[in-house]
Amino acid sequence: MSAMTLMGGLIALLLAVWSVRRCAAIEGPRWAGPLTAGLFGAWVLFFWQAGVTVFEVPRVLLPAPWAIVQSMADNLATLGRDFVQTVLKAVVVGWILGSALGFAVGVAIDRAPFLQRGLLPVASLTSTIPLVAVAPIMVMWFGFEWPSKAAVVVLMTFFPMLVATLAGLQAAGKLERELMHSYAASYWRTLLDVRLPCAVPFIVSALKVNATLALIGAIVAEFFGSPTVGLGFRISTEAARMNMSLVWGAIVVAAVTGSVAYALLVLLERRWAFWHPSVRSS
Amino acid sequence: MTSLQRKSSVAFLPVAFVLLCIGLLWYAGAVGMNAQGVIERVLADQPGWTTQDLVSATLNMERPVLPAPHQVVMDLYSSLVDWPLDSPRNLLFHAAVTAQSTLVGFVLGTLLGVLLAAAIVHSRTLDRALLPWIVASQTVPVLAIAPIVLVILGSLGLSGVAPKAAIAMYLCFFPVTVAMVQGLRSPQRIETELMHTYAASRWQAFWMLRMPAALPYLLPSLRVAIAAGLVGAMVAELPTGAQAGLGARLLTGSYYGNTVGIWSALVLSALLGLLLTGAVALAEKLLLKKRHAP
Repeated sequence: MSAMTLMGGLIALLLAVWSVRRCAAIEGPRWAGPLTAGLFGAWVLFFWQAGVTVFEVPRVLLPAPWAIVQSMADNLATLGRDFVQTVLKAVVVGWILGSALGFAVGVAIDRAPFLQRGLLPVASLTSTIPLVAVAPIMVMWFGFEWPSKAAVVVLMTFFPMLVATLAGLQAAGKLERELMHSYAASYWRTLLDVRLPCAVPFIVSALKVNATLALIGAIVAEFFGSPTVGLGFRISTEAARMNMSLVWGAIVVAAVTGSVAYALLVLLERRWAFWHPSVRSS
Repeated sequence: MTSLQRKSSVAFLPVAFVLLCIGLLWYAGAVGMNAQGVIERVLADQPGWTTQDLVSATLNMERPVLPAPHQVVMDLYSSLVDWPLDSPRNLLFHAAVTAQSTLVGFVLGTLLGVLLAAAIVHSRTLDRALLPWIVASQTVPVLAIAPIVLVILGSLGLSGVAPKAAIAMYLCFFPVTVAMVQGLRSPQRIETELMHTYAASRWQAFWMLRMPAALPYLLPSLRVAIAAGLVGAMVAELPTGAQAGLGARLLTGSYYGNTVGIWSALVLSALLGLLLTGAVALAEKLLLKKRHAP
């Protein structure tokens, strides 16, 4: 490496530090925060690309960002099929089924405090258990195709939604409930008009948690065995073949999916729970 | 939520009832799911079998679709008792391997997360440039880059505990950092101004005000972190053809169709998760109790 590249690198580094610091110092406008983060991300990409090129880092270790983009463009059809297999089939089906089931059970046992007190601690404890490890069993039961991954996702998303629904149904204030009581409102009327709307913020945040869990569940479940398509399959096999730029490509697809799902759920939250203090303050 | 949890912590009877229901459902499921295989394989050569034969056969199958709970318990028990602790046939050996990399990763990840959070609250640049990325990473399946970490560390000549601990570490790191930044920022203005009137240095304000204020935020995040770290350590044991660890046990079990083996590894990993989180929760209780009763 010549002295010139070293100098160039140093100057770029100083420029990067200066520009990010300068940007972070901007007070006031709302775009300043995202701008700083974006600038920082861009500089990281720049040094990643430059570093890999200058130091001739082997592709097996760390492919340059541009190589990842190229490999994604070359394998667009493959990644598209993986996306359909993992996200549109396993994740979406499992996420909807698991969340709906958790919600339904939560509402169903609302009138049975005995069951609630028994089920809530058990459901809370499942968050400490590596549930994704049931993947090999689900593969045995449902085969290699996507239903086995969806089953893992159902199991992983069920409990957070159950816990959130139970907590959300308790969230309505005493005053509101007593008001409904004084109106001689029936159980169902109170549930539909007061208690379920009060539970919405809890339910939406469980949907958010579940979206990430569902992606992790489906991808990791594919590590245990899958047909020759799917993001998890792509990641594990291409990693074994040392084709790292495609592995990174599959991860980019997963990461973008996770972020987009989260953003959509935040929009949903603004529509459904616009009245809640946590939404109004943000 | 908290009041619900407090009430349920004393509700021994409802929990026992729910667990009993799960056990009964499990037995019923074992009978139902294994019935077809039993009829085809075991009872085919003895015509005139009764329902009782069927039930007892489904609960004691060699390779059941769903093993009955007692089969799993027996398998666990025999693996724990019949083999010495350092034998790869003893499941406790595998649990220890996984627990070791989880704990190493957890300690390193927590340290790193706390240090970075301290840097973020003291530097506006880091706060604006780095924190949004760390928060955003919570929505991304970061576990998916585990195979990449394994390949990179593997080609650097690192194997054994190091790559597994590295994966557990970065999974622990994110929740700890986010919670710690929140916690270090939690002191109110009046409190920071009081420190200012005492002419406390930044260092003193950090240790006497911010750090104690951050503990109630840090400790719950540690429970999340260690559970994530355990999943990370187990996933890290999958692709390398690892010989030891609960994750490797799961994979070999599914290769050889050893259902009872998979289930015992699964039960043991659930117990390990409960144990690790329980230990963190206990530490949390002790630490916070000391603070509330000065």
